[in-house]
Amino acid sequence: MTDPTTATSDKPVVATGAAASPATATAPTRTRSLSADAWYDLRRRPLFIVAATLIGTLLVLAAFPQLFTSVDPTVGDLSRARQGPSAEAWFGYDQLGRDVYARTIYGTRVSIVVGVLATTVVVLVGAVVGLVAGFAGGWVDSLLARIADVFFGVPFILGAIVVLSTFRLAVGQSVIGISALVIGTIGLLSWPITMRIMRSAAIAARNQDYVKAARALGASPLRIIRRHILPNTIAPVLVYATIALGAFIGAEATLSFLGVGLRDPVVSWGVMISEAQSYLRTSPHLLLFPGAFLVVTVLAFVLLGDAVRDAFDPKGR
Amino acid sequence: MGRYVLRRLLQLVPVFLGTTFLIYFMVWALPGDPLAGKCGDQACPPAFIEQLRAEYGLDQPLVVQYLSYLGGLLQGDFGENFRGQEVGTLIANTYSVTIKLALVALVIQAVIGLTAGVLTGLRPGGYLDNVVLTATLFLVAVPVFVTGYVLQAVLGLRLGLIPPTVPADPGFTDLIVPGYVLGSLSLAYVARLTRTSIAENSRADYVRTATAKGLTRRRVVGVHLTRNSAIPVITFLGADFGTLMGGAIVTEGIFNIRGIGGLVFESIQRLDGVVVTGVVVLLVMVYLLANLLVDVTYALLDPRIRLD
Amino acid sequence: MSTRTTTQTDAGAVTDRGPDGVPLLEVDDLHVEFHTRDGVATVLNGVNYHVGAGETLAVLGESGSGKSVTANTVMGILPVPPARITSGAVRYRGEELLTADDERRRELRGEHIAMIFQDALSALNPVFTVGFQIGEQLRTRRGMSRRDARARAVELLDMVGIPGAKQRVTSFPHEFSGGMRQRAMIAMSLALDPDVLIADEPTTALDVTVQAQIMDLLADIQREREMGMILITHDLGVVAEVADRIAVMYAGRIVEQGDVHQLFAKPCHPYTEALLASIPRLDSKGTQLQAISGLPPTLTRIPPGCPFHPRCPRARDECREIDPPLLALPGGRASACLFAEELAQS
Repeated sequence: MTDPTTATSDKPVVATGAAASPATATAPTRTRSLSADAWYDLRRRPLFIVAATLIGTLLVLAAFPQLFTSVDPTVGDLSRARQGPSAEAWFGYDQLGRDVYARTIYGTRVSIVVGVLATTVVVLVGAVVGLVAGFAGGWVDSLLARIADVFFGVPFILGAIVVLSTFRLAVGQSVIGISALVIGTIGLLSWPITMRIMRSAAIAARNQDYVKAARALGASPLRIIRRHILPNTIAPVLVYATIALGAFIGAEATLSFLGVGLRDPVVSWGVMISEAQSYLRTSPHLLLFPGAFLVVTVLAFVLLGDAVRDAFDPKGR
Repeated sequence: MGRYVLRRLLQLVPVFLGTTFLIYFMVWALPGDPLAGKCGDQACPPAFIEQLRAEYGLDQPLVVQYLSYLGGLLQGDFGENFRGQEVGTLIANTYSVTIKLALVALVIQAVIGLTAGVLTGLRPGGYLDNVVLTATLFLVAVPVFVTGYVLQAVLGLRLGLIPPTVPADPGFTDLIVPGYVLGSLSLAYVARLTRTSIAENSRADYVRTATAKGLTRRRVVGVHLTRNSAIPVITFLGADFGTLMGGAIVTEGIFNIRGIGGLVFESIQRLDGVVVTGVVVLLVMVYLLANLLVDVTYALLDPRIRLD
Repeated sequence: MSTRTTTQTDAGAVTDRGPDGVPLLEVDDLHVEFHTRDGVATVLNGVNYHVGAGETLAVLGESGSGKSVTANTVMGILPVPPARITSGAVRYRGEELLTADDERRRELRGEHIAMIFQDALSALNPVFTVGFQIGEQLRTRRGMSRRDARARAVELLDMVGIPGAKQRVTSFPHEFSGGMRQRAMIAMSLALDPDVLIADEPTTALDVTVQAQIMDLLADIQREREMGMILITHDLGVVAEVADRIAVMYAGRIVEQGDVHQLFAKPCHPYTEALLASIPRLDSKGTQLQAISGLPPTLTRIPPGCPFHPRCPRARDECREIDPPLLALPGGRASACLFAEELAQS
């Protein structure tokens, strides 16, 4: 039994007269927390390793494009327009004579950054609103839930087109402006999803006995949220976030394909695919390479999200 | 049950108002001249603009505009667009095509998804299971427009099995390939959801009890397991149909289908505000009603759900 | 039902057997393994028991002792990929079950050997009415019409003491209280008039007053129908009321067997002794409760010798090496302890 008076000190509490372990000498057992189990499981899944490696490579590509190509992706020589793949230009040249390989590499950074930032926005906004709504309950919950419903009711592509068309002129030609607009649009239309996930998880957590116990001990709401609710509700949101990352990269590509998302001077796979539409029959390589990169990237994130979700699912044992 | 439906319908109203006002606001009040598309590429003469302003009530405060628009809606009048076309007729013509497309997509994703899900759910970890899991991952990862382009190029242009674009008044068979493209993502979800539902329910206590009662395996699976596993899948399909009815801008664009997605896309490009607003209002309504229907169906399927 | 004759077998065991000397249900030296990610767990390590018509055998043990696994093996509902039956036999009226084909085993379920489970809420299908679930066996296996099956379901619900059976037959499981649900499950198990009823912790999830009612119900039913009943439980109080014989299980084997009165009066195994000593008694107020120190062995790493020796107050050197077999004792009892005879005489 531990001495209750030492509970208030910061020194590690030593159990006086520690109970002798049973005479059966058992081998030391591994820690069995959910995340420890999940990590143990993840390490052994081949799909996870494949996905993680792919993503790692892509992140390097995104962070250090100079390592992979020395060509400037924005410079074009019209005399080389739409030439197919060759020894000097592995992926050929696009309709303005720009090196497709270089553009694909540099496009990695934009596509991933847009995806990551959009996911961050969605997770932060949705999680905060969902947490507040779920934990507070009452009229606050009803109000926030209604607001979320309003945004939820707008079909994604439709709403995105409306918003992006409206602000198109306002952001002009600035790379940051265009990117921020797209990120903001995706975030604006997708935050209700994370909000709902977080809200239902928070409501479930709020009704648990350990929260009631904490309340009875006089813990402040902030402490309860931080120590009891958050750790138990963050998992489903994070699982969704990993899958959403892939989806948002795809969404950016779709919006750019429609002509309302990113555009010149920003280089992203979606932009490249959009520009390649008109030359589909004559120069398929303009679509092929960025398309392939896009598919592989989204696939990697979806695989990752899948593996993470399976690993965290205690029923999957 | 009736009281619940009534209450939900009432709750629907503020959400409907909120969403439609938001759209109205974005279309009419934000920067961007709503009248830009009226006179072609040239600017319109000022007098003409004044006349239009008065006719469309654009000089009144936004809320008043919105309310009078709503008033018109309730009488079934979607207004006329800048070309003098009846928005209501435009919508009716194109929506019927979209509904057909949505039905085809729903049937395809239900049939393929359920079959794959049932077969793999009953035998998790098997060979078929791995194949289906990988296939669904690809379906989820590949964006719709890529699938659309690839199928159009391969089946339409290369192999000539289907016409690359869909005829003006399509029958159900013309819409099979576009339907598949549209439903490909949901197909993956249906398959996985069914698989998980069946796999989880297979380990449930009541399945053990049914077996212990000496029922045949066929009955345990066909009656007990199916009935419980179907619930989340059917609700998903219902909700998805609501989304499908929201129009498929990308798919319709690729296959040149004259559906509501194409209509709204064109109208946004042309800054034809009346059409955009009308379409969005309709789509939001459809989506909200579909959600309500799904919730009611869920309660009907699962006796444990008490609607109150 | 067949007339009961009591016969003395070689081991001196007094059993209730049929006219040909064969018990109704018999488990013979059953060994079952489970293949887990932490290794192979020996869940059943030589289980022997039997039950005759009209008698109640209580199988007593802690969680993880293997009592439910034995029952599941008898019913044939073990999940066979992680589990593996490595040796042993199960016989119903002399017929070998483990080697029988799947169809025969299915025939026996419900019709001859029935089982009820601990948590009626999860054991009953939530989307079908209670009447449907009781009636489906009658419809599919006896060919009854829907109307007749429903009428019989009402009779059964009435028999188990559910008030307003006619209305409740169309209710769903979640609309019943815990005790009523358990009664409904009992009614369901009796639909095809089985000879043997296995009750796997039927009252563990219920509160005490309801427990008593359910146990009385089970006792009445068993008496009326002369069924053999195997009552799996960890609750000694329940056992004392209802059982004729007890089999005490520990770490996958039977450590003691015998008539309930004799066993309670004079346990012949240190584990049984410890169990009985741990029951709080009204006249021991003010004294410390006696718990059994230590924990049951990890089934993937069972120590050599007697499985109980690490926790046994009477353990001696031999206990660490020799795994005691189930020794027959006078009066139809048996005990798996090297010093069983000493205990019997003290």
